[in-house]
Amino acid sequence: MTIPKGPTIRLNDLDLQFSKEIKRLAGTDFHSCLQCRSCSSGCPFSDYMDYMPNGVMRLVQLGLKTEALTCNTIWICVGCHTCTIQCPMAIDIPGVMDALRERALAEHVEILEPDILNFHREVLNSIERYGRTHKLEIMMRYKLKKFDLLSDLNVGMRMMAKRKLDLTPSRVEQVGDVKKLFQE
Amino acid sequence: MSAAPAVDVSYFPGCSLATTAKENNQSLIECCRKIGINLVDLSDWNCCGSSSAHSINHRLAFDLACRNFSLAPPGRPLVAACPSCTLRLKHAQHRLKNDEAARERYLQLWGRPFDPDLSIRHFFGLLAEVDLESLPAANGHVRIDLAFAPYYGCMLNRPHALRSGSDHYGIMEKTLRGLGLQSLHWAYASQCCGTFLTVARPDIVTPKVNAIMQGAAESGAECLVTACAMCHMNLEVRCTLKNPIPIFHFSEILSLAFGTSNSRNWFSRHLIDPRPLLKRKGLMSS
Repeated sequence: MTIPKGPTIRLNDLDLQFSKEIKRLAGTDFHSCLQCRSCSSGCPFSDYMDYMPNGVMRLVQLGLKTEALTCNTIWICVGCHTCTIQCPMAIDIPGVMDALRERALAEHVEILEPDILNFHREVLNSIERYGRTHKLEIMMRYKLKKFDLLSDLNVGMRMMAKRKLDLTPSRVEQVGDVKKLFQE
Repeated sequence: MSAAPAVDVSYFPGCSLATTAKENNQSLIECCRKIGINLVDLSDWNCCGSSSAHSINHRLAFDLACRNFSLAPPGRPLVAACPSCTLRLKHAQHRLKNDEAARERYLQLWGRPFDPDLSIRHFFGLLAEVDLESLPAANGHVRIDLAFAPYYGCMLNRPHALRSGSDHYGIMEKTLRGLGLQSLHWAYASQCCGTFLTVARPDIVTPKVNAIMQGAAESGAECLVTACAMCHMNLEVRCTLKNPIPIFHFSEILSLAFGTSNSRNWFSRHLIDPRPLLKRKGLMSS
């Protein structure tokens, strides 16, 4: 594991209000992180992250807002909680990632993994339409948006052949109940 | 099988078991029936929010889970078999129990107060309470001679706030050993499968899945057994190894052991065909 070069820390740029806000949103105290790196050692996806999970904890401790909101780590993290169970300080690290993602969207910063965000949006669109996820449509819409209908075509065909992808969605009857949750 | 009447529980299938993993759903319903549990679909249930809601909109994740609570009839536990759904539901329940404002929102949205006695359970918890020692003999139990790699993925991991109660580590090994199977120790039993990254970043998921599948084969296993429909799909869809070993849903093996007649319809839905292995083992007629 190569240790990435960290950002220059300018004391005037530290946004402690941001730090407080993420702590409130995430409901966990990342200030207790002692940089033991257990999280990063165990993370199955750290090879694909620009900041290691412990690095993200440091960014939010210091209030390095831009770095925290624009790293790709927050999008690569799937919330598998492998880090959580290894953390000696019982920090809900994926909870911090959730809070950072939500703030990144609210602040309209650059998203380093737009495909992952588009996937999440298509899942939510599907839930809004049907109350449940319709996998075939999610995949089709995601691929259309990306102008990429071919890359997983064989996967799709294999799943269709095994009747794993239903053509019609499974629906909630009182879908209005669900739709209203998306109006806020 | 004891003569005691089946116990009704509310059942939350979730989107995967209701659609892509119907074989998981059907075998689960069947094996539960065999152990005296009657899964009654939660009427008009909605998606728990999946990974996507909590990833980008925690308010929505909370509200989506709550609608399901509001539909649950009193006096019965609400049971899920999808690890991700279970976690989402438990997360929302935890908030309701600890946050007055969350309870007020619930009341306002769903027109009734949150039932503090509603018990949300994973299938593992129900299974752990069944005396399996006494079950198989009385149940026309089929002895299954298979060496398997138990694959939990990340399903047993939870945030600290939700870690009260049993973790059920080893429940698949313990249960299936009792049914004649041989469980193997291997490196990747609790390695996350990559879940939704399979769509946007298959370049990350494929090597992870191949390492898991390779590791299982090298341990000497004839198959993997998983209790997560998402893991099952990822392993099947993203594995690019030649001749991968089959992957069973835990519920399929349980049903098979308890003597089912419907399994053909399940195994024909697998992308990695388990039927040659089952025929070789005399667990399926040609």
